[in-house]
Amino acid sequence: MTPRHKRFAMIGLGLVALGIAAALVLNAFNSNLVFFFTPTQIANGEAPKGRSFRIGGLVEAGTLTREGDGLTVHFIVTDTVKRIPVTYKGILPDLFKEGKGAVAQGQLSTDGTFIASEVLAKHDENYMPPEAAEAIEKAKKAGAQSSNTLTPAPGRTGP
Amino acid sequence: MIPEVGHFALILALCVALVQGILPIYGAATGSPVLMSVAKPAARTQFLLVLIAFCCLGYAFADKDFSVLYVAANANSKLPLHYRLAAIWGAHEGSLLLWTFILTLWMFAVTLFSTHLPETMRARILGVMGLVSVGFLLFMLTVSNPFERLIPAAPDGRDLNPLLQDPGMVMHPPMLYMGYVGFSVAFAFAIAALLGGNLDAAWARWSRPWTTVAWCFLTVGIALGSGWAYYELGWGGWWFWDPVENASFMPWLAGTALMHSLAVTDKRGGFKVWTVLLAIMAFSLSLLGTFLVRSGVLTSVHAFATDPKRGLFILAFLAVVIGGSLLLYAWRAPRVGLGGGFDLVSRESMLLANNVLLVVAMGSVLLGTLYPLFLDALGLGKISVGPPYFDTVFVPLMTPAIFLMGIGPIAQWKKASLPVLAMQLRWAFGASVATALLLPFVLGKWTPLLSLGLLLSAWIVTTTLVNIRERVSHLSAKNFMSGLSALPRAYWGMVLAHCGIAVFIVGVTMVKGFEVEQDLRMNVGETATIGGYTFRFDGAQDVKGPNYRAARGTVAVSKDGREVTVMYPEKRLYSVQNQAMTEAAIDSGLWRDLYVSLGEPLENGAWSVRLYHKPFVDWIWGGCLIMALGGLLAVSDRRYRLVWRRERLEEPEALRPPDKSAA
Repeated sequence: MTPRHKRFAMIGLGLVALGIAAALVLNAFNSNLVFFFTPTQIANGEAPKGRSFRIGGLVEAGTLTREGDGLTVHFIVTDTVKRIPVTYKGILPDLFKEGKGAVAQGQLSTDGTFIASEVLAKHDENYMPPEAAEAIEKAKKAGAQSSNTLTPAPGRTGP
Repeated sequence: MIPEVGHFALILALCVALVQGILPIYGAATGSPVLMSVAKPAARTQFLLVLIAFCCLGYAFADKDFSVLYVAANANSKLPLHYRLAAIWGAHEGSLLLWTFILTLWMFAVTLFSTHLPETMRARILGVMGLVSVGFLLFMLTVSNPFERLIPAAPDGRDLNPLLQDPGMVMHPPMLYMGYVGFSVAFAFAIAALLGGNLDAAWARWSRPWTTVAWCFLTVGIALGSGWAYYELGWGGWWFWDPVENASFMPWLAGTALMHSLAVTDKRGGFKVWTVLLAIMAFSLSLLGTFLVRSGVLTSVHAFATDPKRGLFILAFLAVVIGGSLLLYAWRAPRVGLGGGFDLVSRESMLLANNVLLVVAMGSVLLGTLYPLFLDALGLGKISVGPPYFDTVFVPLMTPAIFLMGIGPIAQWKKASLPVLAMQLRWAFGASVATALLLPFVLGKWTPLLSLGLLLSAWIVTTTLVNIRERVSHLSAKNFMSGLSALPRAYWGMVLAHCGIAVFIVGVTMVKGFEVEQDLRMNVGETATIGGYTFRFDGAQDVKGPNYRAARGTVAVSKDGREVTVMYPEKRLYSVQNQAMTEAAIDSGLWRDLYVSLGEPLENGAWSVRLYHKPFVDWIWGGCLIMALGGLLAVSDRRYRLVWRRERLEEPEALRPPDKSAA
């Protein structure tokens, strides 16, 4: 092989490898995107069935109940307009509180309950999950009046 | 008064940084030795000034001066002194000060260990670092002043986030920043090479130890952060592919590529332009990482926009540094030249392939981290990219990289022969495949990933052994042992670091394959068995800490009827911020960790409890430490000192005791 051929071979190999890598990355990217939906969107039927997604909003005060096994919990996530019941089995993160923001990942069951596989807690000092804040903001922007007495929490959990 | 001294020191430092950034570079361009000689004293003065500012902030924390806004927001009178001092880097403003301080520390080190460098090169390197420093000081002084007063003073502070009140947190940011900022030396070196229009092997050799040391710090910093998340977040994970973690992982990937590319530039004069590009990339990603984590953009794109001045400054700064250096690169890189050629099968080609794989991996992390932010910033909806994406991408990208990692060190420079390599490595290959196929059955479970992980680890170890034998046989040593001791430290450093990767992979593979997790409700006296260990919950008592109250559980662990240990997991409630915190109890061991954390109290003294049995989990961090040790060993090699001593003989004014040169 002449040096010229060699160079072409190398460039060719490099491009093929990069192409494969790019295809791989984009494919994985596409199939692992997790979309976010607000309670209002879910109530309107916009959320996908049979695919995992995220829901965010406030945990409505007084709705947290625990089953006899001490692990399965039920609570309601609301954006102050619509309410979605959530079921989760496991230990809730420290930052999870009634009346505060929360984000959960999971799937919608046929009866409209959100079965969470994960309730998220970020290790950050300003814990109002941005998704939750946005859900509330969106609901407010929609101009919907609600009889709900919940006040959206400010941007942080501290005093 | 003291905070004003700090503030004033920062203003002076900015003036000095401006001088340091402009005069020496101008002097190097016009060939004026007087202007160039400004660099060294300016860098040292700047170090001193920023040190003063740093100490002033430390003093404000130690003195509980709640008339300083930053202190009031991140400390409390009940917070113990060591955490008050660690609170210096507990939030945005202070971490920028730490960053700048470390930058000037690296500058100071450059002034100490650069006596053999040509005057123009040193002037340019220090000048570029001075310009970076100008950006940071300007940012602090205009929109992010750590010394801002709070009038009237707060009666008490808001306290440090309980998550950060931990020894791991004390060490993690300084280590990480030592790594981030350390890449600024390699960056300054690359920019200096572009400005000067050439890059020879001697300069590459000079910048190698700097890059390696920075990389070691970064490795340890990331490992500390991961360990901290493991025991502090209370749910036993060690890596979440969280944007905060990705921000530190991207410079690591680029830095790893840079170290290997520098090796080629040093030894063969090859990869020159590529090395320069990687140096720019590593430092740009460090900057990006710092700002991603510290600007609040990750918490919410909107939080970022609520303080538009800060956001704009950050974007402009990133644009100037990254855009400017890439422009300079496009303009000047052809002058630096490609360097020597090599064959399709050679050590160079394998290192290049590995470099490309590392950069692609870095790109995929960048995509997964920034794409959701872009969508959000443009108002196109909220998405998240979860761990499955990164897992799917990393395994296929890193598998060929690790395969090549085994072959590369054995292949010859310039031109290697595939049949010869195959002959040399056939036993290593056979042994690795056998291990991968048989060991999982011994362990009692077979999955493709388990097998792959063991294959890769065994491959690294066996090829390393083959490599050592080959090396020794090439030396005309009397016997094998004296041959071993004749191998240089740089070589042993590489061997150690590569074995660190093997240890790391074993850890990850075993944890993923065999960990057992159980969330359950436990009454007082109730037992549960996982991984062969029996956990008995003996109830929880109230205890009181300096700034928190806690429920402390007692869990007795036994195996086959014999008592192993008693563990005390805690659930703390920090009074000032009214925040609950899980303090997991961990019993560490070489072969397994036992991990217990408390969930919530239930009726009759029962608790929900989380139990883990995690085999080999400490190997993950052990592997990282071994990698970093390997890097340090390589840096201590004689070849770096020899070149300095030789050059120093030619420069009589720069005589120094030789031990000082071991940077």
